[in-house]
Amino acid sequence: MATPMQARAADPAGTARSDAIVEVRDICKRYGDLEALRGINLDFERGKLTTLLGPSGCGKTTLLKIIAGLVPATSGQIRINGRVVTGPGPERAFVFQDFALMPWATVLRNVGFGLELKGVPQAERHRIARHYIGEVGLSGFEEKYPHELSGGMRQRVGIARAFSVNADVLLLDEPFSAVDEQNRRKFQEDLLRLVDKERKTFLFVTHSIEEAVYVSDRIVLLSPRPGRVSQIIEPAIDRTAAPDVIRRDKGYLDVVEEIWQGLRQYAE
Amino acid sequence: MHMAASPHKVGATGGAGSGSSSIVETLAEFARRRKSFWVVVSLAILFTAWEIAGRVPISFAFPTFLETLSALIEMALDGTLLPAYLITFQPLLLGVAVSAVLGIGLGIVMGLSDKAEWLLAPVFIVLQAAPMAALVPLVTFVYGIGLVAKTLAVIMLALPVIVLNSYKAVRHVNPSLVDMCRSFQGTRMQQIFKIIIPDATPVLFAGLRLGIAAGFIGVMLAELLITPTGIGDLITYHRSVANYAHMYAAVASIIAVSTLTLAALQYVELRFLRPEKRRK
Repeated sequence: MATPMQARAADPAGTARSDAIVEVRDICKRYGDLEALRGINLDFERGKLTTLLGPSGCGKTTLLKIIAGLVPATSGQIRINGRVVTGPGPERAFVFQDFALMPWATVLRNVGFGLELKGVPQAERHRIARHYIGEVGLSGFEEKYPHELSGGMRQRVGIARAFSVNADVLLLDEPFSAVDEQNRRKFQEDLLRLVDKERKTFLFVTHSIEEAVYVSDRIVLLSPRPGRVSQIIEPAIDRTAAPDVIRRDKGYLDVVEEIWQGLRQYAE
Repeated sequence: MHMAASPHKVGATGGAGSGSSSIVETLAEFARRRKSFWVVVSLAILFTAWEIAGRVPISFAFPTFLETLSALIEMALDGTLLPAYLITFQPLLLGVAVSAVLGIGLGIVMGLSDKAEWLLAPVFIVLQAAPMAALVPLVTFVYGIGLVAKTLAVIMLALPVIVLNSYKAVRHVNPSLVDMCRSFQGTRMQQIFKIIIPDATPVLFAGLRLGIAAGFIGVMLAELLITPTGIGDLITYHRSVANYAHMYAAVASIIAVSTLTLAALQYVELRFLRPEKRRK
């Protein structure tokens, strides 16, 4: 019970870490009169998977899109590798909740699209795309169109596309929310395997507590209206264990319960 | 599913062994699979109703379907129909081509830029709402009765529809795809040509189809209101000599040509521009 939560009290803002690849400084976001985010300060450590978790309206997707450079912040700074960024950049790749696949393009072209935009020659980008199509388990589907794939398979295409551009940071916006429960679990396991293999930094947005605890090194809990950091939890779960063992592990279940206790006040 | 159904079907036909039931079964099978069967049925009902209405008759000026059909064949064979179409097609093709290029171009610019929208949208909304037939005589005053006036009549009807649909097509592009392009650092030009225009294509073509249909209306208005030429001349002439079967044949033929043109455009779109629609 004590182990999973050890880091929380010591470092409430999660800042002042030695190897932060993404630094969020005093980010505020207003939409007219609506205050979506207030004074967000966070560091995201290189090579870790950090989850932004919270009820709807807490601004977790807005924060992710600000980090991605897709949405401008009202005030504050985002630094990637120590450099201030104001728009999208090659060191970040985004995975969209609704997949954002081009319906008129094959899986192969969709996966290679990030490279196509950068002017990578066709042979080279097809080679890279085929590699990542294999990595996400879609070999044999290269010439299919998105509408011929299931929701889960479409999101695998979105993830392969993000991997193809070789960014340091992958930003995933509720990637599994449109995927059914069985595929979701399989997907989470595959994601952990890819996290382990690709050695990249992952920022993951979800509203599922179980999902957050299962995949994350670190969970940032946001509270709504306006969105603020309310808690940071580091579930120290042994990920070498089999998925079924983890899901029954006492530490895992305790963290899920702990987060639920923190969030239940926001449930209607 | 299919594998299970077909042997059963074969067995049933073989067991019955009668010719008529096999024809019925073939037809039933065809009806189940083919859209074209239902198109034929739909046309057959329409033509039968027309034939009956002509035989009643609802008016002495209303020929039966078969009379009209034979008049159409006669006009096609005696060489009056083809030259008439060659004349009608000149302002139609010219007008539709100008409207398509200008309309899609302007529509896309209006979709991409708010200022272009504010500048141009009101003009085309008014033009689309205006009863254009009333303006055709005005065109005659300014441009006479030649090809220019008739081409203008086609453009007046086709252009607003194409512009407004192209504009809506661009405005309804999936914002998530545009974000995707931005997140991978696509330039504005890449965003327009690789995301916005391809994603807008279905609606652009819907606008083009409506525009061409409006162009047919425009050319008929021109040929009936300005000076009778081409198909308009055939209609006017046969009406004046009370040759109603021939008049209706000319009217029916232009409807058929218009319908076939739109179907051909749809085919071209699906075949060449929407690879994902080629296979189900």
